[in-house]
Amino acid sequence: MRKILTTEARSPNSAFPANSVGIVEPQSHTFPGPFKLACGRVLDEYTLMYETYGTLNADKSNGVLICHALSGHHHAAGYHSENDKRPGWWDHYIGPGKPIDTNKFFVVALNNLGGCHGSTGPASINPATGNVWGPDFPPLRARDWVHSQAQLADLLGIRQWAAVVGGSLGGMQAMRWSLEYPARLRHCVVIASAMKLSAQNIAFNETARQAITSDPDFRDGRYLEENTLPRHGLAVARMIGHITYLSDDGLGKKFGRELRSGTFEQGVEELVEFQVQSYLRHQGDSFSGSFDPNTYILMTRALDYFDLAREYEDDPVKAFSHARCKFLLVSFTSDWRFAPERSREIADALMHANVPVTYAEVESPMGHDAFLLPNERYEKVFAAYMNNVAREVNAEVTA
Amino acid sequence: MTRKDLEIIADWVAPNSRVLDLGCGDGELLVRLAQQKQVNGYGLEIDPLQIQKCVERGVNVVEQNLDKGLANFADQSFDTVVMTQALQTLRFPHLVVEEMLRVGRECIITFPNFGQWKARWHLAFSGRMPVSDLLPYEWYDTPNIHFCTFRDFEVLCREHNWEVLHRQVVSESAVSGVLKDFLPNLFGETAIYHLTR
Repeated sequence: MRKILTTEARSPNSAFPANSVGIVEPQSHTFPGPFKLACGRVLDEYTLMYETYGTLNADKSNGVLICHALSGHHHAAGYHSENDKRPGWWDHYIGPGKPIDTNKFFVVALNNLGGCHGSTGPASINPATGNVWGPDFPPLRARDWVHSQAQLADLLGIRQWAAVVGGSLGGMQAMRWSLEYPARLRHCVVIASAMKLSAQNIAFNETARQAITSDPDFRDGRYLEENTLPRHGLAVARMIGHITYLSDDGLGKKFGRELRSGTFEQGVEELVEFQVQSYLRHQGDSFSGSFDPNTYILMTRALDYFDLAREYEDDPVKAFSHARCKFLLVSFTSDWRFAPERSREIADALMHANVPVTYAEVESPMGHDAFLLPNERYEKVFAAYMNNVAREVNAEVTA
Repeated sequence: MTRKDLEIIADWVAPNSRVLDLGCGDGELLVRLAQQKQVNGYGLEIDPLQIQKCVERGVNVVEQNLDKGLANFADQSFDTVVMTQALQTLRFPHLVVEEMLRVGRECIITFPNFGQWKARWHLAFSGRMPVSDLLPYEWYDTPNIHFCTFRDFEVLCREHNWEVLHRQVVSESAVSGVLKDFLPNLFGETAIYHLTR
């Protein structure tokens, strides 16, 4: 019985939904250096882990780059095996017939430099010393990611992306693309993002980093060499982050004040525990089993340092006057980490810079996480926009 | 709904200019202006369904509530600011027109004429608020909260020292089309004003 099931699962399209990209296999490539970073330091070489979905067309004009957010990686859609319980992180939006339609686009998703899912990062070996990089890994900026992504585009033969797409920190990379390589993208899709973090955002990130670094097992970041792991610190960091990605309303609807154990009756010794507590602990624990603490520190710092207009006299209009692509912006009403106000600032700057822009403020109770979740309006706007992108690219092919 | 107003607006907008369309609806005017005048424009809209139509047509549309003002736009940052058939839906129409003339060098406004004979007839003889093709709402569910007539708008322009560059009246039916030239406030269905300061 079991064998038959396994055989069936192997045949294409049987085990997964029809609009899934199905089983995907990550690839990796090591780029020869020297690769100069924004901080001035140089990597002799670096590896990027990536996945692709769909087919690159003859003139290589239908490429879509997916930039990941803080804790994301290369596995954005589909499954790694028949037994995979969960698909890639943006599976709701990437696949046949989905907004980023793999029947039309060749989609590239990667694990950023500094990541901990196969790309070169703090948990990799420093070739110069033969030891793990750990805290000595150079600090990164969004522009370093953009430059490495451009090298990945070169490797794939993609001179111009049909679109560079990203949510949150991914949106920041997409915006940076529009300024660093104006000719290399037609469209820039920025979802639930901002031109820079607010003081409150930075405060949350700092608290998360403090949770990690004050864990006794952190060992100044040399935990891998010393065979320890600041699991608790990382779990707390993730819990803090997680709260900020949800909304008060969303949490309330999901958990309310429901108890998991104990009661409020007098004289009962059992500890009262709310459902939301155990949920957060579970999120934190599962994250700390799969993510590198130094990478978390590095990525949150990159977030903090991001300031789109810093080199343009702090004038976003001046910054965006370098952009040559068209923009789609989406925000979500209950997102307080990257509030709609932040997206409106981007829209205003783009309009003043005379850059084509479309902006939709989508009603959602799901907070910042809404950009990953099903939402009818979001899907429709996103799909309609990407449909035009595909039409534009195809018109050029036939012309 | 008649969109004769859109043809006239296209005549008044300069080629290759920068246009902001307030309450742009499904983006029809911006499509027209882009095709006929190579106009570079943005539409502001609040209705998700209309925004969706704009996105499908490839029109630059930005979600924004006009009742919250245009403070996010710099002085004179557009050549022309347009608002078709939305004036009557605003909370403070006069403040929005002031803002339009700050943000744009010129503005073009169209609105339904509540002084038209049909509306007058309806109210006078049935004693009920008029419901027509142009104004297809009942009084309780209408987005229109500030109806005015041509004469009312003329008074508003004078009081605020807005200079009227052009004014025009359009009507759908042939009879009204002729009569509107003699008695615009009675026979005109839609008013189109081209203003500056």
